[in-house]
Amino acid sequence: MGMAAETQFHVLAVDDSLIDRMLIERLLKTSSFHVTAVDSGSKALKFLGLVEDGKRNEEPPTIALEANQDVEVNLIITDYCMPEMTGYDLLRKIKESESLKDIPVVIMSSENVPSRINRCLEDGADEFFLKPVQQSDVNRLRPHLMKSKVKDEEDHHQISNKRKETEESHSPDKTRTKMEPPKVVNSS
Amino acid sequence: MTMDVNQLQAKLREHQSAMFQQGFLDDQFSQLQKLQDESTPDFVLEVVTMFFDDSENLLKNMARCLEQVPADFKQIDAYAHQYKGSSASVGAARVKSVCATFRSFCETKNLDGCMRCLQQLQQEYSLLKNSLQYLFRLQNDIKAAGGSFS
Repeated sequence: MGMAAETQFHVLAVDDSLIDRMLIERLLKTSSFHVTAVDSGSKALKFLGLVEDGKRNEEPPTIALEANQDVEVNLIITDYCMPEMTGYDLLRKIKESESLKDIPVVIMSSENVPSRINRCLEDGADEFFLKPVQQSDVNRLRPHLMKSKVKDEEDHHQISNKRKETEESHSPDKTRTKMEPPKVVNSS
Repeated sequence: MTMDVNQLQAKLREHQSAMFQQGFLDDQFSQLQKLQDESTPDFVLEVVTMFFDDSENLLKNMARCLEQVPADFKQIDAYAHQYKGSSASVGAARVKSVCATFRSFCETKNLDGCMRCLQQLQQEYSLLKNSLQYLFRLQNDIKAAGGSFS
């Protein structure tokens, strides 16, 4: 696949605030990410090739897969508080999708609510950033991207079982993520 | 009448320093400045301009909501939450602080408190806007005089 040869990662940023979209886009571009920014969860799902609830189930799986093969997204970073579809709702939809569930998801919020943070991390978010997001936060994204890139390449090259075992221990594991202290305090 | 570059740069440093010292701006504003470079020379101006537009809309909306009887505290709180978020994102520390107080008055449905906060917000926004516009003017003057600023 042509896409696998690219070294630049593509991040999909989701935030209903125009100012915050500008900020996150600039932060990500400074770190050499290719960025697409949208203002809602439903626009994010559309971009990812997922049709809305119900309709998706009616379509044969192959069509859903073809829909998002045009676009390769390596990470999704989303605001939590958004009208209609929250960042948490978006996270759930992504994790429930066969084609999208391995994409790392990061949640951002201006509010430090431990129960909210824990729920997001437990349900598959790889990181939780407190707003305003800093350069140091964005620097933490690369390991998550490298991890899924490696997994991608191994799936394509059919590596031996030994490597697969190593890879499985690094796969998005909720326990492992929980053991790392989640970032709950902004040290600005 | 025209100042030389050095004088302008001194004025800019002094003004910016005062804005931080007086709490108008916090570290987040410095972060914005760090994100600006030759490829995005107007980044801070763009974000701040957006913040000004956003502020004016939100202040208008909050005023309208507070005039309604009975006041819709949930809606007002939503606006205050939004304003708190955007002010935090640009480093507008005093505005952010008043928004926090505003939200607690919304929570306790304290109409009087909310109205005082709105007035305070309008004042803080006005002060900040004037200060930032002066800052940008100094930067432009420096650029026009062939100088640069960090």
